[in-house]
Amino acid sequence: MTQVSPDSAERPRSSGALDHLIYVLKANPVTLLAFVMFALIVISALFGPALVPYDPLQSDAANALQAPSAAHWFGTDSLGRDVFSRVIVATRLDLVISVAAVALSFVLGSVLGAVAGYWGGWIDVVLNRILDTIMAFPLFVLAMGIVAAMGNTIENIIYATAIINVPFYARLVRAEVNIRRGAGFALAARLSGNSDLRVLALHIFPNALPPMMVQVSLNLGWAILNAAGLSFIGLGVRPPTPEWGIMVAEGANFIVSGEWWLAVFPGLWLMFAVFTFNLLGDGLRDIVDPRKRT
Amino acid sequence: MLSIRDLAVSFQTRRGAVNAVRGVSFDVATGEVLGIVGESGSGKSVTSYALMRILDAGGAITAGDVSYSGLDLRRASEADMRDIRGREISMIFQNPRAALNPIRKVGHQIEDVLRRHAKATRQDARQKAIAALEAVRITDAEARYDAYPFELSGGMCQRVVIAIALACDPRLLIADEPTTGLDITTQKAVMELVSALIRARGMGAIVITHDLGLAAQYCDRIVVMKDGQIVETGDPEALFARPRHAYTRKLVDATPRAGESIRSLLPAEIRTPDLPHKVHERPILAVRDLTKTYRGKSGPVHAVRGISFEVKEGQSVGLVGESGCGKSTTSEMLVRLLDPTSGEILFDGQDIAGIPAGRFARNPRRGDIQMVFQDATDSLNPRHSARQTIADPLRRLGGMGGAKLAARVDELADLTGLPRTLLDRFPHQLSGGQKARVGIARAIALNPRFLILDEPTAALDVSIQAVVLNLLADLRAALGMSYLFVSHDLHVVRLLCDHVIVMKGGEIVEQGPAEQVMASPAHPYTQELLSAAPKPPARRLVPAP
Repeated sequence: MTQVSPDSAERPRSSGALDHLIYVLKANPVTLLAFVMFALIVISALFGPALVPYDPLQSDAANALQAPSAAHWFGTDSLGRDVFSRVIVATRLDLVISVAAVALSFVLGSVLGAVAGYWGGWIDVVLNRILDTIMAFPLFVLAMGIVAAMGNTIENIIYATAIINVPFYARLVRAEVNIRRGAGFALAARLSGNSDLRVLALHIFPNALPPMMVQVSLNLGWAILNAAGLSFIGLGVRPPTPEWGIMVAEGANFIVSGEWWLAVFPGLWLMFAVFTFNLLGDGLRDIVDPRKRT
Repeated sequence: MLSIRDLAVSFQTRRGAVNAVRGVSFDVATGEVLGIVGESGSGKSVTSYALMRILDAGGAITAGDVSYSGLDLRRASEADMRDIRGREISMIFQNPRAALNPIRKVGHQIEDVLRRHAKATRQDARQKAIAALEAVRITDAEARYDAYPFELSGGMCQRVVIAIALACDPRLLIADEPTTGLDITTQKAVMELVSALIRARGMGAIVITHDLGLAAQYCDRIVVMKDGQIVETGDPEALFARPRHAYTRKLVDATPRAGESIRSLLPAEIRTPDLPHKVHERPILAVRDLTKTYRGKSGPVHAVRGISFEVKEGQSVGLVGESGCGKSTTSEMLVRLLDPTSGEILFDGQDIAGIPAGRFARNPRRGDIQMVFQDATDSLNPRHSARQTIADPLRRLGGMGGAKLAARVDELADLTGLPRTLLDRFPHQLSGGQKARVGIARAIALNPRFLILDEPTAALDVSIQAVVLNLLADLRAALGMSYLFVSHDLHVVRLLCDHVIVMKGGEIVEQGPAEQVMASPAHPYTQELLSAAPKPPARRLVPAP
């Protein structure tokens, strides 16, 4: 027998994560577009405050309510603040809220759904009824209620958005885990000496990730919309903090008097972000699905 | 009646065009039954889909002619094709349950095709549908008319599919793997029925199958396909007696039949002498009065009703029976994935039936009892590479890691004949036979003393089945394991096993030495099982070159 170390053995060509990413992006131009848009959003979230031409909080009464121009691309608001700078700087806050909320509901929903799907029985029944109860509420109203009751802070917006999203993740994971509970590879994992918890966490749950990724991506867009919606009705983020929902709400007062840019540009940006996440879903699924690595 | 000339079909895929069928020509005369035989991926089904013009999106006929009674099927309009399908040429599909609409009564589904081709009116449709059900010998056809597919057994569903296919008296019937997935006695009943109906109506037929024995028994002429091309054509007797093409020879060799040894399944060039295995007197496993009862909606379901048997150290025992006989439940209890309702499982003299299945993972005996699963695809985690899969038991139970682990995985790959270069591939990048090897490597990783093989070759092509069975025989000789080989096919079991247990309805109806049970079966059910298996014509032994 020749001594061949495992690493020197020939590996299939595209096993590298980066190769695979490039392959997925090449195969689907829509995914590529979504990733470019996503990169733009991430860059404005990370470096926004450093990149923008004006301080988003600096008012300039002399230049209030200016229409879009070369100096102020998106015009200025009633206090003379640059709308473009405010829109870009707001990206970070909106992204943090939605990512944190989705991450929370992903973790919580996964744990609950996986346990219910794997062990079934009364845990499953109880959990399903609780989820049914949450879903019976109009979700946005429930979120409003939670924020109103717990206090008007950014953390509470995140918790509220997370709670109303948990049922979707729990349901999805429960179904995915349930169909794989009796699969051959799960039984084989038990024969290999894995405890139930390990079988669930290391063998079954990772196989539920591809459909989860689609859900995560759609949910991110939806969470942004939800956070903006809460701010729009005056819950959560407070002025003068730049945030898309507040900016649309403030700008709405000026539409009748002709200053359309105050509401339109933050609105467009919000739409752009939600659209990006909706497009991103399929691409993310392709990336986490090993079957695409051919 | 049907004439195909130089047919070529290609599919557009992400990695360029795939030529599934490359220059296939054959004829079917009126009243003739043509068998198309080939392993998966040989293009046999695609050929029939092409002539019916029901190829999947991305597939297209790129060259050749298909003519049916002077009509050019390749250039016929879609409207004409809709008239032809069902009335002139009809088809029976592989999976009868999938071919029937689950939410419509079977009677209505037969009426659909009759009404579509104006063979029945609203008034007499019901009566004609019942007549069609009677034609396929469904008992109490009147009552079955109102049944939904889920209320019928697999064999019954296939009869309904046949009734639909034959309702409009087509002149050509295409049967695509009509009995795959059916029990062996049902398979025989369905094939006899199809055969009788074809003869009675003087129809032409194409039977597509992977089973050379089945084709030989029911077809007038056989076409052997490989990689989209026809490699050999001939009548069944001649094909078996004097296979001209090397591939046909390989297929003929690999088809299990009475009186052959396990080595003779392999092509003559790679046949090695059979290695003996030692059977000790001491039982490694003794089962006493084992039962399993499930709580069903309509009372208890007795899956296993008090079975007792022994497996001696080094012995290979075959557990044979049809679906629902309790063989899978038994093997799951033995491998301790399922808790028995009562009874003892003595492993090495110690009762392990009392240890809950959930806690057996931490039992020191876990590594001694392992299992190879039925479906190699389903039993491999799609997110784990072959290396990770084989390493899992070594890591969890063997406590290995690092270089030692990697060396052991390489050793197991060598032992099971899996090229080391494939170890970093994911299951979907491996072929069926390679996946089977990964599954076997994982099961023997910890040098188990007792291995349960749950239909390990059921999903494999015959030539790969031959290789896997021989691999199992080699491993047994090398490692001294005891096997419990679970299967529905007595002929396959006989090749590997010393002792056979036949189960029916949760009970053991017969057990004894393999040769004895095969030669003089005592129980009528065993006799039925044996007579239902297709009997390939005798083969002229090909001397090794």
